[in-house]
Amino acid sequence: MSVSEKATFRSSGGVRGWFGRQPVWVRGVVVAVALVLAFLLPYAGDIPLLGPQIVTEGIDWPSALFNMSYYVLLALGLNVVVGYAGLLDLGYVGFFAVGAYGTALLTSPDSVLYADTGWKWLMAVPVALALTMVAGLILGWPTLRLRGDYLAIVTLGFAEIIRIFATSTTTLRGDRGFASIPHPPGEWGGKPIFGVTDAVPYFWLGLVVIILVILGVRNLDRSRVGRSWLAIREDEEAAEIMGVRTIKYKLWAFAIGAFIGGLGGVLFAGEQGFINSQTFVLQFSILVLAGVVMGGSGNMAGAILGGALISYIPDRLRGISLGDTDLYEYRFALFGAVIIIIMVLRPQGLIPSRRRAMELKDREKEVAPQ
Amino acid sequence: MLLEVENVTLSYGRIQALHGISLTVAQGEVVALIGANGAGKSTTMRAISGLRPLSQGTIRFDGEDISKLRADLRVVRGVSQSPEGRGIFPGMSVRDNLEMGAYTRRNRSEIDEDMDRAFTLFPRLREREKQAGGTLSGGEQQMLAVGRALMSRPKLLLLDEPSMGLAPMLIQQIFDIIVEINQQGTTVLLVEQNAQQALSRAHRAYVLETGRIVKEGTGAELLHDPAVKDAYLGVA
Repeated sequence: MSVSEKATFRSSGGVRGWFGRQPVWVRGVVVAVALVLAFLLPYAGDIPLLGPQIVTEGIDWPSALFNMSYYVLLALGLNVVVGYAGLLDLGYVGFFAVGAYGTALLTSPDSVLYADTGWKWLMAVPVALALTMVAGLILGWPTLRLRGDYLAIVTLGFAEIIRIFATSTTTLRGDRGFASIPHPPGEWGGKPIFGVTDAVPYFWLGLVVIILVILGVRNLDRSRVGRSWLAIREDEEAAEIMGVRTIKYKLWAFAIGAFIGGLGGVLFAGEQGFINSQTFVLQFSILVLAGVVMGGSGNMAGAILGGALISYIPDRLRGISLGDTDLYEYRFALFGAVIIIIMVLRPQGLIPSRRRAMELKDREKEVAPQ
Repeated sequence: MLLEVENVTLSYGRIQALHGISLTVAQGEVVALIGANGAGKSTTMRAISGLRPLSQGTIRFDGEDISKLRADLRVVRGVSQSPEGRGIFPGMSVRDNLEMGAYTRRNRSEIDEDMDRAFTLFPRLREREKQAGGTLSGGEQQMLAVGRALMSRPKLLLLDEPSMGLAPMLIQQIFDIIVEINQQGTTVLLVEQNAQQALSRAHRAYVLETGRIVKEGTGAELLHDPAVKDAYLGVA
């Protein structure tokens, strides 16, 4: 976000306007309170009256929160690719898969590498993440010259290649998957922090990772990299004749997006302890993209909200019945309806990026010149 | 010669857009490239700025062969383009658009100087400084595109259809400013459909037809050439 966009926020109404006008210490306090509340989310059920409405019934609430945390991570990563650099990626689940499979291959007893590696979870993390970044570059390099719809198709193919590869090669074990992937390390009072029954520590871990990602992406966004992404997204050709080395920054977007998606994957593998090829279906990519668009593409707060909602809404519907019908069976229909309603009422997303709104208007003009 | 384009051919897939174009621009000149729609004017510009790779031929800038040089590095060498259709960044403010023009430069005080210069050339832009590029009128966007192209302190300014879509009053004004920019020391190569204005302001000009240069001469010569009058000036 550049200086002048901030200036616009400051002079505008609404929550963001108010926030922008506050002195640094007020903003600090607001952020600190929000963080504390986020960490207390697992205990939301204890709030009188309101609590039971919030928490999920058919699924353990901390587990639902952990699910939300990796969806939020994926949404943040995809937001870099789609929202910042403007590269439509429909196969983002591919990177999530590479992160998860990377972890599984290095740690699970089912892996062919187990005899040589058999690493702890934490040791596998950097290698798995490096692997996803390489995957990002492998996808990015040949698709650099593609734009819009064409890029979307190729990325779609990329995710399917990874899924089919995982299904059909013996090394990646298809449906049988990898079991006994170790959990993250750490002990508290003689017992491991990351166990099988309590999902709260996993949620907290996810939250810490999310916060680090937010800080990292925010710094990038405010740097020359962010400015280059913005220019590429708004008009790639114009960016090039300003002297932006577009190829380099598009690859950066892919690599960073892949890295964040991979983070989601290693967390997921570490919590579940088991992954197989059924986890990484295409629908997953579409869902995350829906989350980013619904929340407000190009805006981190929007991506976070959207990512959380796509996980929360279906989970919240579990175990609720209306008369004889279990609403969970209709979760996708209801969920679809919610997305449609949101997009009709707020086409720019729940927390839109003002700059994005401007660009969309500009594109409409291109389609129908006056 | 500041710019030497030699026998350049260029194709979009199987369609050949340029059939061996040669032209030169000397330091300090204003050179115009006129021609009908689809003659290859914009393609020539894109070849010079590096947006399209050449099929054959060479482009030399300041003595250096830049035929295969990346577009972003051509900006560093001193080639700057105001693209066809203006290419304004719609979500960025006027100031941020101008800042993008100085993307390849680091010297803050020089950039601020040039920002001031752009605002002096186009007072209208100063009034709109904080407004998003996408909300400007067509004329204002054109001014912004030219101002932004100047922000890289180019040796050669490429202007693609600076008068497109502008009211007659504004066309006059934008050409006045182009001449002023030239007098301040920037060499200009401009592509125009408005042959009248272009020829009367340019030192020299080339006429482009279906990817070939069919005529060249001083602006005044071409302005009075019967064939040019007939084809491009709308008078018999």
